[in-house]
Amino acid sequence: MSFIGSIESVGVYASLMRRVLSIPDRMREFMKEFIKGVYLLGVNSIWIVVIISFFIGAVIVLQIALNVDSPMLPRFTVGVVSREIILLEFSSTIMCLILSGKVGSNIASEIGTMRITGQVDVLDIMGVNSANYLILPKVASFVAFMPVLVIFSMFMGLYGGYVICLVLGTPSVETYIYGIQAFFRESFVWYSIIKSMLFGFIIASVAGYFGYTVKGGALDVGKASTDSVVINSILILVTDLVFTQLAMG
Amino acid sequence: MIEVKHLNMEFEGDTVLNDISARFEKGLVNMIIGKSGSGKTVLLKCIVGLLTPTSGEILYDGRNFLTLKTRELRRLRRDIGMLFQGSALFDSRTVLENVMFPLDMFSRKNSRERRKRAEFCLERVGLTEAADLYPSEISGGMMKRAAIARAISLNPKYLFCDEPNSGLDPKTAQLIDELIEDITKDFMMTTIVVSHDMNSVINIGDKVVFINEGIKEWEGTKSEVMDADNEKLNDFVFASDLFKKIKEAEDIISEDKKG
Repeated sequence: MSFIGSIESVGVYASLMRRVLSIPDRMREFMKEFIKGVYLLGVNSIWIVVIISFFIGAVIVLQIALNVDSPMLPRFTVGVVSREIILLEFSSTIMCLILSGKVGSNIASEIGTMRITGQVDVLDIMGVNSANYLILPKVASFVAFMPVLVIFSMFMGLYGGYVICLVLGTPSVETYIYGIQAFFRESFVWYSIIKSMLFGFIIASVAGYFGYTVKGGALDVGKASTDSVVINSILILVTDLVFTQLAMG
Repeated sequence: MIEVKHLNMEFEGDTVLNDISARFEKGLVNMIIGKSGSGKTVLLKCIVGLLTPTSGEILYDGRNFLTLKTRELRRLRRDIGMLFQGSALFDSRTVLENVMFPLDMFSRKNSRERRKRAEFCLERVGLTEAADLYPSEISGGMMKRAAIARAISLNPKYLFCDEPNSGLDPKTAQLIDELIEDITKDFMMTTIVVSHDMNSVINIGDKVVFINEGIKEWEGTKSEVMDADNEKLNDFVFASDLFKKIKEAEDIISEDKKG
């Protein structure tokens, strides 16, 4: 993509968002789509969040337990460090990178298919604000459900660490539990939730943009879906850097 | 009535429509015919507002579609029904839900009345038995009928059909043609059908506009199509052996009468 092409895309995205972020034509229809979005994008993502968080949580604890083995550091450090990693970065940033693959490609391919089969044109001809009707409920439902996914992820990550301590015994379960409670700052949880909601907005809106602007056929829908995942991943990482500096720096 | 005046459309320097002017009458099936790539679908897309022409006017009962304010435009759009080439039904909704969609979005009727209206539209196109099926579960002909039912659910004044018979067998194509004609007469709509199917022209085309390479070459009634004195139109019409033979038979009969 050329530099001018990228600038143009930003302009198209901004003008699309102006149409998306307007009052829905019919609130009843918006709510129907919102609830559908909560189920399809949110509830259907719980299983992947649970599985990945459990195993990554277990691996984080295992790695720290094996590599941070110094008489200078108390053993509960494993719990403290694991908790901070899971709360601050894994449950928000890494989980959103994974979800951008699942949810982002789902949104881009659904809207892209509607575009190439003329279903979006049907909405436009009827006088429906198609961008608003198709994208806003998905953005709103995903952002609204994001805190639930993050909390699931945090819990399962910490639980994965608990299980590994239970199995290996180093550190002991008691030490680990003490560690994950030590020096706890509630603000880290809120920081993580707010950050993930911001990522949720990026994932759904960027995927919506790629799907909505598809031109061509099935191959182009596939390309749009892949592009949305790639761009979302980059945007999440850049936003993470900026947001961390602004919120914690 | 819809009137198009001096419509021009260019894509990246290429002229796709060149000074098209035509009138499409109320209560008639107005057909735009031409070869593939002649610009007929672009013309239809300009008329319904999916494309913005480079210059010209599009008048819906005297109102210029291109200069209407957003609110007036949205109001006018509710008077428009469109049947797409591929039907464009919403995959995630059943046939009944597809027909109810425009009503759900724009009608002030209550839920029971909306459902009743959708069922009436499905009955009108003979598709009551498929109401609870999804688009993927019905045939191409049924999809077209469902799309017609959806297009007429808000009782529009204008109906547009883009290649309504594409991909259908001759019998089903005829059924769809008859349905479009009946609906046009029953509801006194201004109907514009884009097609390259000469059978449709002969079946239902009250008025015919022929477009070739973005230029309006000919305009007349279906009875005049066979005897038109336009080389390009004749090339198009008699490209089919069937119509060539009909023409030859007609010529023989008229010579016999003279003799």
